[in-house]
Amino acid sequence: MMSRILIVVFLGALAVAPMVMPPYFLTVLIPFFAYAIILFGLNLLFGYGGQLSFGHAMFVAVGAYAAATSYSVLGVASFELMLGVAVLAALCIGIPLALIASRFTGIFFGVLTLSFGMLFHSILFKFYNLTGGESGMRVPRPTLLGMELEAYNKIGFLTGPFYYYCLILLILLGYLMWRLVRSPYGLHLSASRDNPVKALYLGVRVRWVRTVAFVISAVYGAIGGVMLGVLTGLADPELSYWTHSGHLVFMTILGGFQQFLGPAVGALVMILVQDQLMAETEYWRFFVGLALAIIVIVLPGGILGGLRRIKFKQKETKAHEDATQRRPARSTA
Amino acid sequence: MRTQPSAALRDPLLEARNVSKRYGDFVALRDVSLSVNNGEVVSIVGPNGAGKTTLVNTLTGLFVPTTGEVRFLGEKLADNDIVKLSTQGLARAFQLVNIFPDLTVRETLSVAAGSYSGLRWRMMQNFRHNNAVQTIVEEIAQAFGLHTSLDVLSSALPHGKRKLLDVASALALHPKVLLLDEPTAGVSTADKYGIMETLLAAAKKMNVGAIMLVEHDMDLVSRYSTRIIAMQDGAKIADSPAAEFFQNEEVLSIVVGKASH
Repeated sequence: MMSRILIVVFLGALAVAPMVMPPYFLTVLIPFFAYAIILFGLNLLFGYGGQLSFGHAMFVAVGAYAAATSYSVLGVASFELMLGVAVLAALCIGIPLALIASRFTGIFFGVLTLSFGMLFHSILFKFYNLTGGESGMRVPRPTLLGMELEAYNKIGFLTGPFYYYCLILLILLGYLMWRLVRSPYGLHLSASRDNPVKALYLGVRVRWVRTVAFVISAVYGAIGGVMLGVLTGLADPELSYWTHSGHLVFMTILGGFQQFLGPAVGALVMILVQDQLMAETEYWRFFVGLALAIIVIVLPGGILGGLRRIKFKQKETKAHEDATQRRPARSTA
Repeated sequence: MRTQPSAALRDPLLEARNVSKRYGDFVALRDVSLSVNNGEVVSIVGPNGAGKTTLVNTLTGLFVPTTGEVRFLGEKLADNDIVKLSTQGLARAFQLVNIFPDLTVRETLSVAAGSYSGLRWRMMQNFRHNNAVQTIVEEIAQAFGLHTSLDVLSSALPHGKRKLLDVASALALHPKVLLLDEPTAGVSTADKYGIMETLLAAAKKMNVGAIMLVEHDMDLVSRYSTRIIAMQDGAKIADSPAAEFFQNEEVLSIVVGKASH
């Protein structure tokens, strides 16, 4: 209950932010929306499916390049069209890769996805006639729902209509994911993570369940990629580089992959901290690395996992006969 | 061999025909033929290493036999399609406690109930709000005395209840044949009869056609089996009704001599 109130308050704060916060802060929040969507997808695969991908950033790049291509080929800069093309591209690339990758688990799955990502990066890098190589492709300012919104300048567009569009997409996609992980399908996915052999004997189609999770996470990644592309005006090959995939995993672990909202919290904290540190010191990567090391040692469940542990400790002293409290920090948010 | 004549009278639910399983030079199963018919509780006994668990794994599709074939409901087992088998009515529980540690009792039972109700790909409905699933969950939990622990995490259950949950989740698929690999292993002598009684009563309530029981404990075997199959070094050495079995001194000495400690 408490967490529901917090979510509503937080979303309310995000909704009024454009009226009270400086534009700079808003341009920091839009990447948060994009990363939260990307990580909802990644965590379906990782937190719920137990499959840790080290190449997930390639789907972010797929989204950004799809946005750029939809303009360069079709000559129309429409955000809905970009999203449509990105989803289609994510399906076209994600389905065959999912069919291959879901045969593997653990480190093999990790290395396989890593190599998919690197392969995609080198394609973007080398086929410069198609992809612009190192300099990437331009993503134009799109229309939203067919509206040109000429009254806004670039910053006004991003921090006004585009901000709200992305916020609504985040809420919508977050809600769909919330429904998904609680469905019979989501339960089968968690069962396949916990104990695949037992799951088979209970009628869980382990491989297909994993394949579908991979494809859904690819689509979420691509949608986030479109947002990032529009925000920076660029589809950059570095989006699919392995360090970016590592960044996604980092944010997920920072927030806590065992909880539904963990990755979103991780994305927010990471983006805000990184923004602060980058302004303060050029050695920000050092501090980010240090932070990760400390979190893994002190808070293995991430930020949300740690908060939940504190909450449970308080509860335990109040009423330790309550059996339900033994439920660990996992899916209830 | 009493399998062939009985097959003509009424089709066996589960049948192994000349099944062998080899790993390189090691022979785990030698030309084993057996059948399990409706209404039977068939126990498989034998010393350690006799191939009992390999037999169960082969009968349930986890291992593909090197030669021979396994038939379930008169149909040859497709290679490795465990999911198909389990939805057609062949269920098993495992020797070691086999649960989903991060799922609650309700969630665990809902996994199987979801498969049984054909809701595998239902993506937007909360499984807790699905009547078909929750009816099965309540019924099974009641039968196994797990209804008071529905929202407890599986890994937080006491050992005996975890064992029951393993079997309960298998029964949620409404199986025709249930294979139990040492259901009371690691359970205290005081608890084991309780577990067996609960288990058999629940199986009867769920209309399970036949039960196959792998068991070391001759006490349990004599009390609950209708037929007993003895194994040694991967081969079947006896297959007879329970009463006759205990008159066969030679087989008994092999099985009991090494198995009881």
